[in-house]
Order: sequence, then structure tokens, then C-alpha cells
Amino acid sequence: MENPTYTYKDMASDQEVRWCPGCDDYVILRSVQKALPQMGVSKEKFAFISGIGCSSRFPYYMNTYGMHSIHGRAPAIATGVKLANPELSVWVITGDGDSMAIGGNHFIHVIRRNIDLNLILFNNEIYGLTKGQFSPTTELGMRTKSSPYGNTQQPFHPGTLALGANARFFARIPGNRPKELTATFVEAEAFHGTSVIEVLQNCVIFNDGVFDGTVHKDVRDDQQVWVEHGKPMIFGKEKNKGLRLNGLKLEVVTIGQDGVTEEDILIHDAKEKDMAMHLMLARLQSPMVMGVIRAVDEITLGDRVAEQMEEVTSHSKFKSVDDLLLSGDSWTVE
Amino acid sequence: MAVEEANPTPTKANVDTLESAVIRFVGDSGDGMQLTGVQFTETSALLGNDVSTFPNYPAEIRAPQGSLYGVSGFQVHIGHGEISTPGDDVDVLVAMNPAALKTNLESVPAGKTIIVDTDSFTKKNLAKAEYETNPLEDGSLDNYKVIQVAITSLARTAILDMGLDNKAMNRSKNMFALGMVFWMFSRPLTHTEEFLKKKFAKKPKIVESNIRVLRAGYNYADTLELLPSPHTVLPAKMTPGEYKIVMGNAATAWGFIAAAEKAGLELFLGSYPITPASDILHELSKHEYFGVKTFQAEDEIAGICSAIGASFAGDLAITTTSGPGLALKGEAIGLATITELPIVIVDVQRGGPSTGLPTKTEQSDLLQVLFGRNGDSPVIVVAASTPANCFDFAYRAAKLALEHMTPVILMTDGYIANGSEPWRIETMDQLPDIKPRFVKPEEAGNWMPYQRDKESLAREWAIPGMPGFEHRVGGLEKDQLTGNVSYVPANHEEMTKIRAEKIKRVENYIPELEVEGAQSGDLLVVGWGGTYGSLHTAVNYMNETGDKVGYVHFNYINPMPKNTAEVFSRFKKIVVCELNLGQMAFVLQGRYPGHTFLKYNKIQGLPFTIMELVQKFNQLLKAE
Repeated sequence: MENPTYTYKDMASDQEVRWCPGCDDYVILRSVQKALPQMGVSKEKFAFISGIGCSSRFPYYMNTYGMHSIHGRAPAIATGVKLANPELSVWVITGDGDSMAIGGNHFIHVIRRNIDLNLILFNNEIYGLTKGQFSPTTELGMRTKSSPYGNTQQPFHPGTLALGANARFFARIPGNRPKELTATFVEAEAFHGTSVIEVLQNCVIFNDGVFDGTVHKDVRDDQQVWVEHGKPMIFGKEKNKGLRLNGLKLEVVTIGQDGVTEEDILIHDAKEKDMAMHLMLARLQSPMVMGVIRAVDEITLGDRVAEQMEEVTSHSKFKSVDDLLLSGDSWTVE
Repeated sequence: MAVEEANPTPTKANVDTLESAVIRFVGDSGDGMQLTGVQFTETSALLGNDVSTFPNYPAEIRAPQGSLYGVSGFQVHIGHGEISTPGDDVDVLVAMNPAALKTNLESVPAGKTIIVDTDSFTKKNLAKAEYETNPLEDGSLDNYKVIQVAITSLARTAILDMGLDNKAMNRSKNMFALGMVFWMFSRPLTHTEEFLKKKFAKKPKIVESNIRVLRAGYNYADTLELLPSPHTVLPAKMTPGEYKIVMGNAATAWGFIAAAEKAGLELFLGSYPITPASDILHELSKHEYFGVKTFQAEDEIAGICSAIGASFAGDLAITTTSGPGLALKGEAIGLATITELPIVIVDVQRGGPSTGLPTKTEQSDLLQVLFGRNGDSPVIVVAASTPANCFDFAYRAAKLALEHMTPVILMTDGYIANGSEPWRIETMDQLPDIKPRFVKPEEAGNWMPYQRDKESLAREWAIPGMPGFEHRVGGLEKDQLTGNVSYVPANHEEMTKIRAEKIKRVENYIPELEVEGAQSGDLLVVGWGGTYGSLHTAVNYMNETGDKVGYVHFNYINPMPKNTAEVFSRFKKIVVCELNLGQMAFVLQGRYPGHTFLKYNKIQGLPFTIMELVQKFNQLLKAE
């Protein structure tokens, strides 16, 4: 089956989905199930690897190969899967507790190595499955089960962390935007290298409304800048706002005010190797930048490994394992 | 030029023949003692001697020169008869400085030979070695044959005209010492000269200087009449075959390469550097051309997790570590246990707890290996017992993992991992088949991830890329057939029992214990893992001198061979000898409560000596 035809239903397992009603995880799950048939990949070649947490139950709901592993380690397991069989389409499903705390080391190293896999970070800024402790992305001062007087720990910013580890592909999508999620997953699969997709995922039980200031329908047009490679970064209900550089900082301007024209608005270049602009875009809080912020094609770990193996094999004096076992100085006992 | 001279031969007519000899080279950690020892070992092995080696070096890479804790040593035992240990007592000690002499003298019995480099016995070095008077002058060495040679200056003289800097000239002194010892034991220089030419192929000056110094040392010993006559040790009588010298860690690596080839799989190693296991990573990373993939991970956990991923995707997957790393891998071993994926974890033990004694040997990980995980999580445990059989047990560990779909922990230790001995080369056609338990394509659609083989209880392996077998595994408890998540109480109990029974049934696939020496009687010696050489030699010695002692050695620790209880019942006393506080004795006491297990333990980072074992056995035989 070179170009199989599937629908999202082919990608759903027979297991009952057990997330809380209203959870964004349902939206993400369905978006993934809708994205896979668009990738031209045979179903048996998908492998979904997750860690621990609410989102990490994800593989059980996919009718693909999958592993629900241990807390924080999915990127390491997925690395082994991909190195063992480079033909697979490998997906890491993780959350902010899973990959920013206990699995922080694996998160940065999988990105550093640029192995060709896709990592979906379900960021809800809270520990859900353990019932409501603050996570490494919880904002300062927030009251949670384990911070009854307010969180005193400075949070991580996933985009900054990913780019600091030299992420070649970083996208951010709100969890209530199924179409954009699906499109971004398809784009991530097409990208050759580690793709990190941060999904702003609302936890209806322990952190409901945490992203409302950005994702609520009343504010989202003015609080989200959707970027697209080669297009000006224009946003707003009236499509008259934009981002431009003022010195070394980004600023929001309104087209038609103070002599600002569309010409002044920055054009998004996701393929620029220098990540300074991508970092500024990723870190912008109000408005927040959505879409594919960075997509810089570079040689992957798998490419290097394959290249080296071919090179070494062509020069090796050993053509079989017996050659190796019999190599070196030996002597015969009669 | 010196290099072109004919290879020298001893000029003395009489060569004194010895049964065996123990030579120890000691010096600063930068003096090249390991290389010197390896050259002497390889040359002797190529002459047909049986050999056994023991490198003993500090954890510091280059400790301060002349210090007591910076002494690095290499001991080699060569023999005409069977050699199973590096030897208790040193016949020839080569000490390159006072600190080396001081820290090694207690291993040299009176009357034996000590070669010292007098150039290094300066006031400064004597002070560093905490000598109040010069042992070469104060009569404290009167009971030894002390050969005083100005090794450093003689080595320098041999190459003065070559225009080398001071450091390079001084560095060649180990070759002078090696040349002398080659003469003492009538060994040819050919092997070492070939080695030098190859190693420094791009530095002809270094080749020439080293060979000149090596020959200078040899000729000096010949001319000076160091000894009445040189010794020799005639070739050993070994099982016919083709042999080469192997180190335990390299043998382990080759065992896995051979197993992957036999199983028709690619080999994946996920590993994090740790002493004394790193040499397995080094060796495997040299052999990428056999589809060997080595992945140096960001930590111990990623090492095993990448291997679990590779196993899920269909490779023969392994990870290598030592005690501290094994502690970090525990949770992931549990994942491999519940997902029932094949993986081999190699634990090259060292002294513990915590960082402990990184470069010294110990057997104190046994209980961690057996029980160091949450939940009831049994795994197969095997232990290699000699440097050469690391090959066999790596191979068998892989075979058991693949055929029984389970994690297997292979235990070795610093002593056999770094030690070397002759290995009778096995080629692929001599090795048993390995049949991975892949699903058959016709099962697609009707297959269930946790359906099992009736005999072994192993499940089948379906890997990503196989159409019609898409399934999920994971760390949550599994339904005993579908593999779906199950919280059903009875299912959990059943699955726990199945996982235990599956490992227990491996006893049907492993060899029974063979008793060495007396088949029944007063005393049974029990050992496991890397102590085989010492225990075997000590028991042989007892039986040759009239006492009847039996000996069993465990290579299969979980499960144990089926005849274990029956063997125990043949003896009045059982003593378990191990390099820890009694972990195997504790396990045996629990498993075979009808017997009493006496203990003999040593926890000094060193192997047993033969004599301390013999003394203990005699004491046990005499005691009522």
C-alpha cells in the first residue's frame, strides 16, 4: 500500500476515551486522527510513544503501534524506535509535567540531536493526573494543591527552552483550533527533523480558563498573531494590526495610524537560520504568536548515522562476523 | 639504525624451565604499565602459554607523580598448566618508583625478584612514598632478589642521539623494563615490535626510539647476567583449537554481535559512559558495519529507554552499565518487564554503594539485580564467570531475551571485564540457533498481543511496520490476552503470576549444575559470577592435596538450575564464597531453607586469593 486511503476512523482504536468531558485532549486526538490520513504513510508505520500524565494515555486511543511508557522518557524511547527503523513515522506525546520537569533532559536532547520525529507538547500549565499541583509552566503566584499560598517557582517557557536546545521546528497552536492543529501536524510530519508542537491545552478541572486571555473567542483575534512563512505578520479583528521591529524589540502597530503602512509590517521567515527573531516571536505574550514559528531544514541524526554506517561499511576489512571473531593475533593448539 | 637489527635471542645456553610465573608491572598511572603488561601477556599467549591478567589502576586518570594512590599495576600469570587466576603471589615485581614498591611489596614473598628503577629513588620520591629511609639501602629488602637498574637513564642513553625532547625520552622507560623482563622469560620481541610499528605508523621516530629502548633493555639484561639463567614457561596443554587473547568487556561485545547475526537482527546499544562498563560501548562503536548501532545517550535512563524503543521496533537491544547506573535504570527495567519486550541489561559490577570504588571489583549488585524494582518484576539473571566466557553469556543472555520475550540482566564485574585470558575462538557455525518470536503474517487480524506460547509462556513480537498487528503496550497493567489496560483485580494477580512463572520456566531451557571435584561429602563450595578462577583453582588445590571438596558455580541465577536442591543435599556443609557481605547466601537461604549456608566474604575491591580460600576450606573441614 504505497498511497493508502484512510479516514480518521481507521486511526481510532476500539478503546473508550477516558479524558474529562470538555478536555482539549479530545480535540487534539481527533485532529491527529484526521491528520494521519493526509500524510501518505501506511498505518502500520506510525508509532506513538507517550510518557505519563493525562495526555500520555493518547496512544491507547490510536489504532497504530504505540507505547505508553514511563514518566518523562518518551523522547528517549522514541529515539530508539526511530534509530531502529528510520522508515517509521514516530510521534512523542507529552505534557508540561512530563517533558518540562521529570523528562526535561530528554526533551532538550532529542531536540539537540534533531532526530526526525514529531513531539506534541500538551501544555496545560498544571499537573492534572496527580490532581492539581503546579507544574514547571505554571505562572508565578498561582494557587494550586501544592502551592496554597501561590506558586513561588519561576516557570519555564516551552518555546524558549525548545529554541535554546536548537529546535529546528517549533509551532504553537491553541487546543481549541482543530483545523489548524491538523494542518500543523501534517506540516510537522513533512518536516525533516525534530518538530515540536506546543498545544495550549485547557484543563477543565484544575486550570480551567488559563489561556482565556489568549484563546477566548472574544479576545483571540486581537491576542493571537498567526504567522505563515513569507506572509506579513498582520492580525486583529480588523486585520489592521501588525508586528514590526522597533530597535531590538517587537512592537504592535496599527496600519493607518502614525504613518504605518503594510510595508512596515515584518514578513515571517520561518526558514531563517538565525533564531533571534523566532525567539522574540515565541516569547511574545500579548499578543501571542501562533502557527509555525521556526522550520529550518538541517541534517538529522538519522541521516548522519546512515551516512557514517555506509562509509564505515565500505572501508571495513571485516565482511562477516566470523572475520571479526577470527581477527587479530591468534595461535593454534593442536 | 637499531630497528633493522636482527631480533635478539638469549646468549645463555641454559634456560630454566618453570611451571608458571606471576609478573607484576607497577608504576605511576602515566608510566605505561598497562601497555607493558598487555604486551608481555600477548607475547606469552602467542608462545602457547595459558594466561590470566589483572589490571589494577586508580580512579584518577593521571594522579600526581610518585604518589601512593597514583600507582597503576598490571599483573599477569603465565603457565604451562591450566591458569585460572592472575595468581596470588608475585614472582617478579617491576617497580618503577618508590610508591609502586611500597604499595606492592606485600604481594611478593621472600626470595622473589624485584626490579627497581634506581633513578626514581630520589629524596623527593621517597618522601612522597612516605619512606623515612631508602629501602634500597636500609636492608629492608634483604630477603628479596633485588635487581637495581638505572632504567630511566639507560633508556635515555639508548636514544640520546635522536633529538627527542626530555618528556619523550623519559616516556620510553617502560620499554626498557619490558625488554628486561622479555629476556628473563626468554620471550621474543617480535610481537611488541610489530605492535609499535602499527600503533605509531605515522610517527617513525617514536617507533624507532621505543624499539631501540626495548632492545636496550633486553641486551642489558643479557649482558649484565641479571640472573644465573633466563627462565621459560613452556606452552600449556589446552583444548585443541584456535585461540586469541580477549578481555571480558570485548568478549561481551562480540557475544552480542554474534547473537544479533545469528538472530538475523540488527544490534542496538543505548548506553551512558560508566566505569568499568564503557569498554563495551567503545568496542561496539567500532563495529558499525555489522548493522551495529551505538547510541550514547544523555543519561543512564535514556540509555535503557532508547534500547526499549529499539526493542519495540525489532532490534536486538541492549544497554550496558555498572551498579549506580543500574539503580537509575530500575523503573525502565520494570517497563520492559510488563511490556514483555526482549532486552539485555549488562551490569559490570564495581565496588559500592554510591560511587564506591569505580575501578575495583565487587559482587555487591546481586540483590539490586534480583529485586531492585517496584512491584513483582522478575527478570532472567545470568552471570559470566571468566573473561572469555563473557562471550558465551552475552550470547546466551541475548538468546534467552529473544526467545522468552523478557529483560535479561547479564552480570559481569570489573575483574573479569578488564581481565584477559585465551579464548578458544567460536565461529558462527558453532553457535546455537536463536529464534526471535516474531508473529507470523497469517496471524494478522486474529492476533492478540499477550497470547502466549504454552510451553515457555513467552508472548509474540509484532513490530511497527508489520501490517495488521497494530497494538499498544505500556506500563499500565495489561489484560492477559488483549493487552488492553486492565484494572481488574483478578487479572492483575493472574498477570503477576504469569510473569513469575514465565521466568521460572526458563529453568527448562538452561543446563543443570555440574559439580567439580568431590560429587558428595563434607564440604561444598558455592560461587557465582567472576570468582570462578579463584574458587576453581583453590578447590583443585584442595583435591590434589587429599581433601575431598565439591564445587558448584552459578552462571544462571534467576532461575537457578533444576538440580540445585539435589546437589545441595549431597553435602554436609555448604559455604558460599562471594565478594560482598553475603548476598547470594541470603538468596539461597530463602530459596532452599532446608540447608544452612555458611558464608565466606571479602569486600576489599580485590578478588579472592587462592591461599585465603584454601585456609578457609581447611578450617571448615576441621571444624565440627
